[in-house]
Amino acid sequence: MTSEAVAEFDKVERVYRMGSQQVYALNGVTFDIKRGQYWSIMGASGSGKSTLLNLLGCLDRPTSGTYKLAGRDVNTLDDDELSATRSKKLGFIFQSYNLIPQLNVLDNIMVPLFYQDDWGDADLARAHMLASRMGLSDRIDHRPTELSGGQQQRVAIARALVNDPELILADEATGNLDSQTAKEILDLFDELSSEGKTLVFVTHEAHVAERASHVLRMKDGRIEDMRQQSRVGERA
Amino acid sequence: MIRSPLLRTIRTGIHSLMLHKLRSMLTTLGVLFGTSSVISMLAIGEGASYEAQEQIKLLGSQNVILRSVKPPDNPNSSSNSRVITYGITDADFQRIEQTFPGVGHVVPVRMLQQEIRVADRALNPRLMATTPLYQEVTGRLLWEGRFISKEDERNLSNVCVLGTEVARYLFPFESALGQRVKIGSDYFTVVGTLAPRISQSGTPAAPGTEVTGEIFIPFQTARQWFGKLQVKRRAGSRTMEQVDLHEVVIEVTDPKSVPYVAAATREMLQRFHKTPDYEVVVPLELLARAEETKRIFSIVLGSIAGISLLVGGIGIMNVMLATVTERTREIGIRRALGAKRRDIVTQFLVETVCLSVGGGLMGVALGLAIPLVVEHFADMRTIVTLSAPVLAFTISAGTGVLFGIYPAWRAAAMDPVEALRHE
Ligand SMILES: Nc1ncnc2c1ncn2[C@@H]1O[C@H](COP(=O)(O)OP(=O)(O)OP(=O)(O)O)[C@@H](O)[C@H]1O
Ligand SMILES: [Mg+2]
Repeated sequence: MTSEAVAEFDKVERVYRMGSQQVYALNGVTFDIKRGQYWSIMGASGSGKSTLLNLLGCLDRPTSGTYKLAGRDVNTLDDDELSATRSKKLGFIFQSYNLIPQLNVLDNIMVPLFYQDDWGDADLARAHMLASRMGLSDRIDHRPTELSGGQQQRVAIARALVNDPELILADEATGNLDSQTAKEILDLFDELSSEGKTLVFVTHEAHVAERASHVLRMKDGRIEDMRQQSRVGERA
Repeated sequence: MIRSPLLRTIRTGIHSLMLHKLRSMLTTLGVLFGTSSVISMLAIGEGASYEAQEQIKLLGSQNVILRSVKPPDNPNSSSNSRVITYGITDADFQRIEQTFPGVGHVVPVRMLQQEIRVADRALNPRLMATTPLYQEVTGRLLWEGRFISKEDERNLSNVCVLGTEVARYLFPFESALGQRVKIGSDYFTVVGTLAPRISQSGTPAAPGTEVTGEIFIPFQTARQWFGKLQVKRRAGSRTMEQVDLHEVVIEVTDPKSVPYVAAATREMLQRFHKTPDYEVVVPLELLARAEETKRIFSIVLGSIAGISLLVGGIGIMNVMLATVTERTREIGIRRALGAKRRDIVTQFLVETVCLSVGGGLMGVALGLAIPLVVEHFADMRTIVTLSAPVLAFTISAGTGVLFGIYPAWRAAAMDPVEALRHE
């Protein structure tokens, strides 16, 4: 495993202005995510987990401090470059699946590619391969509304993988699922991590966080605790 | 899998619109009716003005036409048998022919009230006595034979030239040439027939129906046989009318001097006629008036078109704004997955243009159908020029772009994080 940094946070602040008040959603966060690491982020509601993930995912920019993704300072990128970064280097998995209702499963998986200028037969084959890996081969032509929650989340995972991203981000990805389906999804995460993918997921549950190699605990916009742990899978 | 990004965007746009079929349909109605009414009204207007212009052109755009008009009855004269003298006189004719500058040919016409008869077929067409120049001045075309000649005039020949309708009615199965026609109590030999004025519609009139055709005889022959007096019987009373000339066609050599000749003619007639027993018809003036009417009609049409498309456009914009709000979440997802602002703009613009172009296409179809219906049921001529549907369609598509820009811009301006949080 290389020690090359994928994401570097240096004294990152994210301040929301509410009238005269200033809300520090993130207040001086410094940490690195190296290639192949498997992070879980925990913390109370409102502690800044989603804010942190949005910054990691280039959906948002720091108010101050620097965030480098694969060595590039995000603050120097304009809106179009941020979009291009998201479509090429990042994969998102959301709590509420967030599939596009008017597209079928295959098209949903391929959306990140559609926003890249060049994609070819190899990408199409990859989308099919991911669909079959997620057990969706016979659902390719279905609309999201015709799928169960677990299946929808699998489509979302396939979508997050289709562009072979540097960083996969999941915000409470199992929050809407029953425990059995949630376990299946989390096993999938473990599998991806063991394949060398860099993963960051937000969770409320301690036993879920235990799956990761690193745990980051947030409190009031600051890092409360950050530790490396031996993974559940490896311990077993 | 569609490779072209634009085609895929269009397909996705259509899918999105299909999610709300009824709403999309209703939204297109404004543009649909706007487009179709523009096309059909243009077709009807074009047809009407074409007919008017054809009619005017038949009179000859280089001509000035004088007509005798019977003055209103004089209530002082109680006699029920009297002679009324009115209209253009031979003296007027001479003055014009001999003294007016810029005048080419001047052609006199007398209308005669005589029955035309061949065997058992009789009719009362417009019987006109005129000179050989009539054909040249009015640009009438011969079908067969010849027109009245100078020799006919000199020899006072009993010859006649039949208009299409008359020839068809009197001689439906054979050539009219050389046939003898009884006019009043004298026999005339047919020396020619004229080509139809406007493209002939339908079948020749059935025997017994009224035929409004024309028949021409030499001017001098008519003077000789029928004189200047005509007896008119109406409701028991008997009136004698004395009219020198019913119509005079003045051909002006240079089209530019038509207004001067018209003015000079009016002035001259005003001087010599105490009562207004004449009218001066200037086809060029009529043409100008017809064109002015058409121009006003076009402006009115354009305004109606503009307003209806504006209303249609506002309707589309309204729906698209609602759609954008409704699909905030989708916009957030797409942005998160790498859509640039301009991709979002394109997506919503494409949807708006699909709506307006869909409405425009249906409008063009309806707009092409309406003139056919009008032509069939109202018996009006309609002309669909290629430019009308093209223009209407372009404008409807343009409406989509114009009214789609703001909703699309609103969609693209959203913050991705905010949009994703939207329920
Ligand atoms: N758009 C915003 N405007 C103002 N304040 C905001 C905005 N977004 C987040 N915040 C504030 O920033 C803080 C962190 O929010 P964040 O969504 O990151 O919390 P979280 O850790 O994800 O919570 P949860 O576990 O409930 O999802 C909160 O106090 C929140 O109120
Ligand atoms: Mg959150």
